[in-house]
Amino acid sequence: MEEEIKLMKGNEALAMAMIRYGADGYFGYPITPQSEVLETLMAQKPWETTGMVVLQAESEVASINMVYGGAASGKVVCTSSSSPGISLMQEGISYMAASELPALIINVMRGGPGLGTIQPSQADYFQATKGGGHGDYHLITLAPSSVQEMCDFVGLGWDLAFKYLTPAIILADGVVGQMMEKVVLPPQRKRLTDEEVRQRCPWAANGRKGMRKKNVITSLELDPSLMEVNNERFQRTYKKIEENEVRFESIGTEDCDYLIVAFGSLARISQKAVEMARKRGLKIGILRPITLWPFPKAEVARLSERVKGILVPELNAGQMIEDVRLAAGSGVRVEHFGRLGGIVPSPDEILDAFEKLFLGK
Amino acid sequence: MDVNDIIKPENKVYGKPVLMNDNNMHYCPGCSHGVVHKLVAELLDEMGVAEKAVGIAPVGCAVFAYNYLDIDWVEAAHGRAPALATAISRLYPENLVFTYQGDGDLAAIGTCETIHAANRGENITIIFINNAIYGMTGGQMAPTTLIGMKTATTPYGRRVDLNGYPLAITDLLARLDGTCYVTRQSVHTPAAVRKAKAAIKKAFQNSLDKKGTSIVEIVSTCNSGWKMSPAAANDWMAEHMFEKYPLGDLKNV
Amino acid sequence: MKVEIVIAGFGGQGVLSMGKILAYSGLMEDKEVTWMPAYGPEQRGGTANVTVILSDEKISSPILNSYDIAIVLNQQSLDKFESKVKPGGVLIYDNYGIHHAPSRKDISVYNVNAMEATFDLKNDKAYNMVVLGALLKVCPVVSLESVLKGLKKSLPERHHHLIPLNEEAIKKGMSLIDK
Repeated sequence: MEEEIKLMKGNEALAMAMIRYGADGYFGYPITPQSEVLETLMAQKPWETTGMVVLQAESEVASINMVYGGAASGKVVCTSSSSPGISLMQEGISYMAASELPALIINVMRGGPGLGTIQPSQADYFQATKGGGHGDYHLITLAPSSVQEMCDFVGLGWDLAFKYLTPAIILADGVVGQMMEKVVLPPQRKRLTDEEVRQRCPWAANGRKGMRKKNVITSLELDPSLMEVNNERFQRTYKKIEENEVRFESIGTEDCDYLIVAFGSLARISQKAVEMARKRGLKIGILRPITLWPFPKAEVARLSERVKGILVPELNAGQMIEDVRLAAGSGVRVEHFGRLGGIVPSPDEILDAFEKLFLGK
Repeated sequence: MDVNDIIKPENKVYGKPVLMNDNNMHYCPGCSHGVVHKLVAELLDEMGVAEKAVGIAPVGCAVFAYNYLDIDWVEAAHGRAPALATAISRLYPENLVFTYQGDGDLAAIGTCETIHAANRGENITIIFINNAIYGMTGGQMAPTTLIGMKTATTPYGRRVDLNGYPLAITDLLARLDGTCYVTRQSVHTPAAVRKAKAAIKKAFQNSLDKKGTSIVEIVSTCNSGWKMSPAAANDWMAEHMFEKYPLGDLKNV
Repeated sequence: MKVEIVIAGFGGQGVLSMGKILAYSGLMEDKEVTWMPAYGPEQRGGTANVTVILSDEKISSPILNSYDIAIVLNQQSLDKFESKVKPGGVLIYDNYGIHHAPSRKDISVYNVNAMEATFDLKNDKAYNMVVLGALLKVCPVVSLESVLKGLKKSLPERHHHLIPLNEEAIKKGMSLIDK
């Protein structure tokens, strides 16, 4: 299949991207606002075309452990869910991080805590970027702000996960999941044959073909001195990722007096606020972290030396702002603007908040 | 006849299975796990499927099964082995995928995964060691603990009003349309070991033939947890466990 | 060119699909488009609205607080969105079931009797296409050709025989504006 231009929802783009990027398996459980992922996959029947396995599991606990099994066997696998379901998956994610397995997890966030609401939210920032489950680990966290990025980050997520042998997460929100936009679907990537999987992942547990040395995937190590060695190895990987994989987008940051740091849908809404501000003669730039972990610390630090203030609008009570403050240091004022529980602010609201906080209006 | 004659191949009457290595087992003397491990190792070799076998180890005493059998293994989170097995079996339909789980893993924390994998009829084998106690964590009550049985968390004996009833989960699994073979065996006598081996062989063959889910429950002892000698534990099992968990095929399609 | 549109009404009136058709038509003209629904658990009844943006350039926010065009198909939506039309903008409403007509003087207001026109067509599923016709007459944000092309592209083959009916409904809607 060739490259194709389509109009689709972010959730549908995720599903189409999985097929196009040569996924071997998807395991998921329905939850609003991302059920279109499983629905689209089931409607597409990729098992008849690419041979991809699609399975509706009995719970998020089961689906993440199916992903764990698939990843342990060297296959390209993923799951998707929304906030409450992602909470259930934390155990499995921790096991995969500890077993150094490549996998993709997608969270189309909704408002919490608890059952919360089905409306958009960014309140799982801490959970995604600071670990989420038990133990010292990180997930490569990608924050799409358009339907095109929902598609692209599926491929990027897997590439990074296989490059560093660690799980990656796409941290989207209900806005990006439910919105329709133009999207260019990539040409069909061929699924690897079992033989190619064995070459790419010589560590995978998929049968001792040719009676090669046995492979064991486990996160258990009762000897603390060896477990420390394992942990040090994980940390070295995270350091490498921090050195090499920071991604962000800058809009109008070179001449700005003030800075907005925002991710996902809020970066898009803030951009409109900035367009309105520029018409009023206010020079605000936007820094949009694309990787929330690793966080673009150096760029925030660089810009913080130049600007008079930084606004961090988020769909939460103040989560990414902690990383912005750490990176910016104490020399610049960093303020938060958040809407909670599924409310999404309009561009005017963000601009009003900015003017109130920084211009005393 | 000196030692060199004894070790001649033509004089060999019994050997350790080739897939079983020399690592010292952590199992207590008298534990049933060692016997079942040996049966699995023998069968994978005899059936010529070691190259396509993937075992899923549980959390519990058998967590280290991967240290003793030289095949590929994945160590699952507690109770999730059937979910992992589902994925690997679907992604590698030609492989022989089996889980090896204890009663806490399979019948308490993993009940959901067990029932749904079996109900989907995944082409996997589930080997279920039921010794009515949590061995690894120090002898606490299992879902299969008998009424009146003393454990670390039922120090005065399991009481129905406090703890509910022993769960004969294999009976339940036999009712599901996805299972093709459900059997209950034991390994406390040589005859029982031979029957258990035949049962596991049949289960493995079903998985290779993609007939659905096969479950082999091994009613077992935990002489340490039960605080008995191995021989006394075997007797106690025959006297008490078999009443609640009678041996034999529950389903054979 | 950039036009920011909100379409609002009852769930089941075809609000979301009308937005989709507009977005598809924009795609046919190589425009950038966003379609952002206010999503909820409702399948039918309740209120539904969708923001559609068509632009020659990359679109920033898919969520807005003011619009060039508001198309409102029930009283609640009129009450909610009348004040959010930009000065000089357009408000299109269907008088059917409306008891407080819009009062703003700084915008162009069009009353379209789309419901009655749909009764005439004897095809109640064509309601949103009649409204779309009225919009295209008031503001040709996309061409009729693009709409038909978009329908052909977005509808499954088995529904292609319905395209002439849709075209008829759109033309009916266009004719309502002349009156």
